[in-house]
Amino acid sequence: MKPQAAVDTARIPDELDRRIIRATQAGLPLVPEPYRQIGEQLGIGAEEVMQRMQRMLESGVIRRIGAVPNHYTLGFRANGMSVWDVPDRLVRKYGKQIGALEFVSHAYHRPRHPPRWRYNLFAMVHGRDRKEVEQKVAIIAGLLGGDARDHRILFSSRILKKSGLRLPGGG
Amino acid sequence: MDAIDRAIVNHLQGGFPICHRPYAAVASELGIGESELLQRLERMLERNQLSRFGPMYDAARMGGGLTLCAMALPEKEFDRVAEMVNAYPEVAHNYAREHWLNMWFVLATETPQRIGEVIADIERETGYPVYNMPKKEEFFVGLRFQL
Repeated sequence: MKPQAAVDTARIPDELDRRIIRATQAGLPLVPEPYRQIGEQLGIGAEEVMQRMQRMLESGVIRRIGAVPNHYTLGFRANGMSVWDVPDRLVRKYGKQIGALEFVSHAYHRPRHPPRWRYNLFAMVHGRDRKEVEQKVAIIAGLLGGDARDHRILFSSRILKKSGLRLPGGG
Repeated sequence: MDAIDRAIVNHLQGGFPICHRPYAAVASELGIGESELLQRLERMLERNQLSRFGPMYDAARMGGGLTLCAMALPEKEFDRVAEMVNAYPEVAHNYAREHWLNMWFVLATETPQRIGEVIADIERETGYPVYNMPKKEEFFVGLRFQL
């Protein structure tokens, strides 16, 4: 388990880290020396920007640095949030297996809300259309076998808001 | 998108280097020039083939609060409540989904304590309960599209 309370407070970004985060959360500058440009914006050197970003990468504050393909534009037009009711003692084992499937973008253990909501394992599945999502969910169902007591696919019908995660506060 | 664009996307889903000339380093791995890589990234961003390029931050590790919430709303109330919920700056994404729990949104707050306060405010303002489903454990987050 990695409960949020166990996050090492020494690794929580300080104010300068947070300024770097704000300067880069919309993206990295598309110039030959992007870290120097960020530093110039913040009045610090490129070395300091690189050291701090490296540290945030190692501590997991930065998950990774790279390109995020727009799956919708690239033809992956359907997404279904598959939710599963598996025994709590098996949720980690299956969560890791499902998270390793290339068509799953997010996999989490989340709390049940009995009696109305019994699902404790969530996996976001992407496909070109709903049928493909259903085929991929069937692969997960095969993997879980009889340990999946129930599951559902919640297809999204509309995006109501998508502002992205933004660190509040000015530069 | 041509073969070079696809190679760039496949190559750059993570692992972009932290060094003085990172684009030049990646470009040489791909066998193209630095300026070509920059131009292609810019074009894919303009065309919305990439939704962004840069560091992906984990909000939960910034000391703030993060959770997934769901609500069950009658169809005739849906748009009115969606407007109320979306008005909260803490609501990052919100999706309509086909289920009795038909509205799903992510809350991101500056402190973990704020999560409970915002949920209580939303429940009071809308008159409908919020199902709070914070992650207990994360197994994978990312996209691995091979184009």
